Amino acid sequence: MRLRSLIAGGILAAMASTAALPAFAEDSVYVPLFSYRTGPFAGSGIPIANGMSDYLTMLNERDGGINGVKINIEECETGYDTQKGVECYEQVKAKNPLVISPYSTGITLQVIPKAGVDKIPVLSMAYGLSAAAVGNVFPWVFNPPATYWDGASAIVADIARREGGLESLKGKKIGYIYLDAGYGKEAIPLLEDFSKQYGFELTLYPVPGKEMQNQSSQWLNVRRDRPDYMIMWGWGAMNPTAVKEAVKIRYPMDKFYGVWWSGGNDDAAAGGEDAKGYRTLNFHGVGSDYPVIQDIKKYVVDAGKSQVDPAKFADNLYNRGVYNSMLIAEGIRRAQELSGKKVIDATDMRAGLENLNVDEARLKEMGMEGFAGALKLSCSDHSGHHQVYVVEWDGKDWQKSGEWFSPMTEVVRPMLEKAAEEYKTANAPWPERTEPCLSN
Amino acid sequence: MFYREAGQFKTSYAADQQVFPILQDRIGVAVILGIAVFVVPFVANDFFLSAIAIPFLILALATIGLNVLTGYAGQLSLGTGGFMGVGAYACYKLTTIFPDVSIVVHILLSGFAAAAVGMVFGMPSLRIKGLYLAVTTLAAQFFLEWCFIRIPWLYNYNASGAIEVPGREVFGTMVTGASAGSVPRYFTVLAIVILLTVLVKNLLRGRIGRQWMMIRDMDIAAELMGVRPLYAKLSAFAVSSYLCGVAGAMFVFFYLGAAEPSAFSITLSFQVLFMAILGGLGSLVGCFFGAAFIWALPIILRAGPPMIGIPIAAETAFHVTSMIVGALIVTFLILEPHGLARLWQIGKEKLRVWPFPYA
Repeated sequence: MRLRSLIAGGILAAMASTAALPAFAEDSVYVPLFSYRTGPFAGSGIPIANGMSDYLTMLNERDGGINGVKINIEECETGYDTQKGVECYEQVKAKNPLVISPYSTGITLQVIPKAGVDKIPVLSMAYGLSAAAVGNVFPWVFNPPATYWDGASAIVADIARREGGLESLKGKKIGYIYLDAGYGKEAIPLLEDFSKQYGFELTLYPVPGKEMQNQSSQWLNVRRDRPDYMIMWGWGAMNPTAVKEAVKIRYPMDKFYGVWWSGGNDDAAAGGEDAKGYRTLNFHGVGSDYPVIQDIKKYVVDAGKSQVDPAKFADNLYNRGVYNSMLIAEGIRRAQELSGKKVIDATDMRAGLENLNVDEARLKEMGMEGFAGALKLSCSDHSGHHQVYVVEWDGKDWQKSGEWFSPMTEVVRPMLEKAAEEYKTANAPWPERTEPCLSN
Repeated sequence: MFYREAGQFKTSYAADQQVFPILQDRIGVAVILGIAVFVVPFVANDFFLSAIAIPFLILALATIGLNVLTGYAGQLSLGTGGFMGVGAYACYKLTTIFPDVSIVVHILLSGFAAAAVGMVFGMPSLRIKGLYLAVTTLAAQFFLEWCFIRIPWLYNYNASGAIEVPGREVFGTMVTGASAGSVPRYFTVLAIVILLTVLVKNLLRGRIGRQWMMIRDMDIAAELMGVRPLYAKLSAFAVSSYLCGVAGAMFVFFYLGAAEPSAFSITLSFQVLFMAILGGLGSLVGCFFGAAFIWALPIILRAGPPMIGIPIAAETAFHVTSMIVGALIVTFLILEPHGLARLWQIGKEKLRVWPFPYA
């Protein structure tokens, strides 16, 4: 190493670290999307990331943004890693984001206390902290259309329906196989409470993140315990492995339930024809027979502006990404209405999300009739506890099975209120809500 | 020309034995400290402080911890992540049990918990060394990680299994929790890191440090000369784990804000080990070089292209960064197997004779 090259290296390093921020165009809003196209969770992360960015790109291409305001989309790669997620948060914070979609329960838990201080809304669509549905405690966090606890209660409700009522759950054995992280643990308190309340036996099968692809020991235990039903809270590489293992031990697949995040096409396809009957919860349409999906195809995919693999276009998780972005877009639109401004800021966005009201007429206008259910949030209810339905794997694709039904909101809601209070005391001093409530 | 010690005569033992015997070094260190204290916090933006400077300092301290054990005492360890975790969980327990005691005290105390655990897992080092010891420290890593997941008492029975940092004040300013600004956090971290670095530096030049190095260079000879391996090895484990524990506590309290057990996985152990190897084993300044290289470079590489207006997809940047950093690590190790610290030393030697090299 010569002195000269040392100096040259030093100068280069100095240059690399002094880069200036470019100015953004006038009427655009900045929406960062935390995504993961790398790592062990990429299998679930890629379709979601494609769906999210394609819907917003479609709005930009077709309508020129939202009421003429372009959406400046930027992805930040987290790899489903909490540390990288925090880094992404710090990175986008400087650019005045309208809303954060962490796409990881772990990252959401980290970001929740920061969001209130930095005044950035967090949209954790059907993931994250269930208790965040209590808007008076968590004014900056939103988890529509339903929380994990709603999901768990919906699965129990569906099991009860098949068994002939909640009373028949007594003496039944329900297994819960979950990713041993913030995400998988989130539903346990509710299930434990339910098992006491309804008298079924709950057995837990944790799957450590490192051993997602080797679940033979867990399924060996399942074979030994023979639970009447299995519930799965899996994500990424855990899902296809679990489906494969369940097929291998010949577990009756129609008694194997997944939460909505265990419903990727690739997840179930790992079991192939034998996985027929595997069911997961869902809250949006499957397939591409919706005008909105056709518009995405026309304006984004066919125009070569998407990263999606054409064979995987409009699969279940892709559509979920679309649904997530629809919530963001509708939140922006509502915020524009409420504030009267075109270019809104994060505070307006918070109010917009809080007063989100997507009714049937609006869904039809967006080409989402039958794709999603109507959705309404309020200041106290940031989730809405909306209806869900069950999709069933037919060996090739997901098929709707049964009608939309409500989670057991009347039981879950008081538990959420209690959990929110507990969170508040555990994280004292937790700031009191000062944000005004516009609607009621 | 500028970096030449000609004419600097030492007239006392104290002057001869000081940490920086050369005037230029003293000026250099004073300037760096001055910049760190008076310039960086007022010039740098939030992102630089929270995502680069604070974790860099904390990881540099963890690297110093590992370097004490591996670089100075010659005991290879893969349990750094676990020991950092012990510090973090200890600090969390302490501050939730005694919320009124200053967080800085808790952080410094939590290192002792890590030191105790480190000594227990350091016992096998009395019988085995090298790769075999690496395996037992690896066992420590997995065992501790298991504890963080399976012992709910450690995270106060939190439903999500994560530890969340409560807000704490120092001198009336919030330094932890969500409402703490990046500047107070930076100052707290900087103060602790400087304090501990100075302590370690003096420990290393004294009797204890020399014993470690004797054990490292030839343990039988050291034993014959009266160094007791039990004390030397276990004290190295204790000091190393103490530093790692403090670093781990700071990592959660001043950087992450909340932590799942996965934050202290084997990945972190390897990351710190790479920092120590790349920076230079047996060198304190190398720890800072290594931490900067491994931590800051990927972030700057990732954040760089979009900042200067080059559109690059997030995951492409991610892949490219991994490739560049990997290639750079290999390149640097081929150019200088003794790490960046040795490179720095060569640079200084060249500077002494510049501009008239005689060789």
